[in-house]
Amino acid sequence: MGAFLRDPSVLVEWLRALLMSWGLSAGLTELVLYLLGGFALATGPMLWVIFLIWFERKAVARFQDRLGPNRVGKFGLLQPFADVLKLMTKEDIIPEGADKPLYWAAPILSVAGVLLLWPAIPLGLGIGGNLNVGVLYLIAAGTLGIFAILLAGWSSNNKYALLAAFRTVAQLVSYEVPMVLVLLLPVLLARSLNLQDIVQAQDVWFVVYVPLAALIFLIVSIAEVGRTPFDLLEAESEIIAGFHIEYSGMKFAMFFAGEFLHAFTIGILTAVFFLGGWRGPGADIYPVLGILYLWLKGFLVYFVVVWIRATHPRIRIDHMLNFSWKFLTPLALTLVTVGAVLDKVVVGWGVWPRALAHLASNVVVALVTLQLVRAWARRLPRPKVGEPRPVARPQPQTQPQPASGD
Amino acid sequence: MVTTFLFGLIALIMVLAALVAVTNRNLVRATMGLVLVLFGNAVLFVLLEAYFLAMAQIIIYIGAIAILIVFAIMLTRHVGEDWGPAFHRAWPWALVIAGGLGGALLFWMVRWPGGQNTPAGQVDPNYVQALGQALVNPQGYVVPFEVASVLLLAALIGAIYVAWGGRRVKGPYPQRAEGGER
Repeated sequence: MGAFLRDPSVLVEWLRALLMSWGLSAGLTELVLYLLGGFALATGPMLWVIFLIWFERKAVARFQDRLGPNRVGKFGLLQPFADVLKLMTKEDIIPEGADKPLYWAAPILSVAGVLLLWPAIPLGLGIGGNLNVGVLYLIAAGTLGIFAILLAGWSSNNKYALLAAFRTVAQLVSYEVPMVLVLLLPVLLARSLNLQDIVQAQDVWFVVYVPLAALIFLIVSIAEVGRTPFDLLEAESEIIAGFHIEYSGMKFAMFFAGEFLHAFTIGILTAVFFLGGWRGPGADIYPVLGILYLWLKGFLVYFVVVWIRATHPRIRIDHMLNFSWKFLTPLALTLVTVGAVLDKVVVGWGVWPRALAHLASNVVVALVTLQLVRAWARRLPRPKVGEPRPVARPQPQTQPQPASGD
Repeated sequence: MVTTFLFGLIALIMVLAALVAVTNRNLVRATMGLVLVLFGNAVLFVLLEAYFLAMAQIIIYIGAIAILIVFAIMLTRHVGEDWGPAFHRAWPWALVIAGGLGGALLFWMVRWPGGQNTPAGQVDPNYVQALGQALVNPQGYVVPFEVASVLLLAALIGAIYVAWGGRRVKGPYPQRAEGGER
């Protein structure tokens, strides 16, 4: 037990010895171990989703002064199981004219896109992901989710689903730009694309170095999941429900399991990139403790995501795209440029002076940004408060100008 | 052994997906075949331990280009469907040329002594850094890299110019007639 706490790989060694003693060849043993690892990585998060669903319903209910699920089991803890039973017994409807293979593939891809993020995440010292292109891997895995939504929208043969898929993809593609830019900062500070190296480099958490980047990452991640300020992929009032209108039963549940898990995963990713990952007192001696720390930090960020979801209204699509292209992208570009130039100067200064220099640069960038945004807001035409606004007003008739010798 | 088996499996999937991409009349399904081929390509890079190339393949070809293709198809009039003849009438000539070129390539590939060399062993774990440094090294590839950047910038400016459509706009963005609510 003590050996396991100090070095969890003894578990793998034990399994390997067991399989070899059964007479499997070395190559086959390796394959079985990889398959088992993949199975554990896929099943663990999916089981955790069951708790997440309960937690989120309960938390959002509390924010809205309700009780939430409280009938099935203690504190309603068994409610998700009841939900799953209900979903499994529901009739599975495939709409007329649907493109069947793609219709089936979309929910699977949606969950797979999220589960694929997990192998890259370092869970502790020597546990979990140790991929030397980890950050790129995360970005690549993210593209699968976009495909899932596009396919779901197109294959269900429903114009609302297609419309929702279009604008969702516009949103996801737009928000990927600032996300990639902002992820450059932890990479730059750690001098590595490996998530394990990024965690190891955080003697001081990167949120102290670049708090603005951490904030942008959180916002952009929420948009990537499609959670409430950015939940345009399911706007009941305009496009009935979104890309998953035609889905029912377990297929519909797959989209939602994927979304809940993705929300928790961005909590974990924020923890890895900016909150020191698995680092904490004693985590380098007992790597298993690291899993606990990472889980706690991730859950904290996840709680913030739920909090934002419970308290913010939905943003309009044009506002949202403008916010990404005209605000977050330039800001992220500025941050990366400033961070890269500054880090060349301060890299030899020792841990804390370097961190404080980066922090100071972030504060300056934040203040300048606020001033610029204020100046821009002052130039905006605004409706006067309290003046009655007619529903329809005469528009000046605009004639198309004849193209005269330009 | 396992690697060889995986290679065979992936190669088979890629060939089938390529056939779907070329022959399927439904354009969206054809694109999905193309995506599967590109994905298989990335997996082959992983089998060669070229992780960076694999990720670049997925991000650029699947994440950007394939999504662009899907968008373009969905914006066409017959969403994803085409009733015209699938083959050009000169297809026997195409078959002869493609078959001849492919056969010649295969012939030389089999006879090429470089194919018999065993891989150089363990890949340097810091090869991503080495690649990055080679891209900005004056002795390395800085000129092609910068030329590619300028080309992309030109394309970007061109796209903005085309989208702009010669409008004259004052202020932060076009003012609406009703002024206000936005």
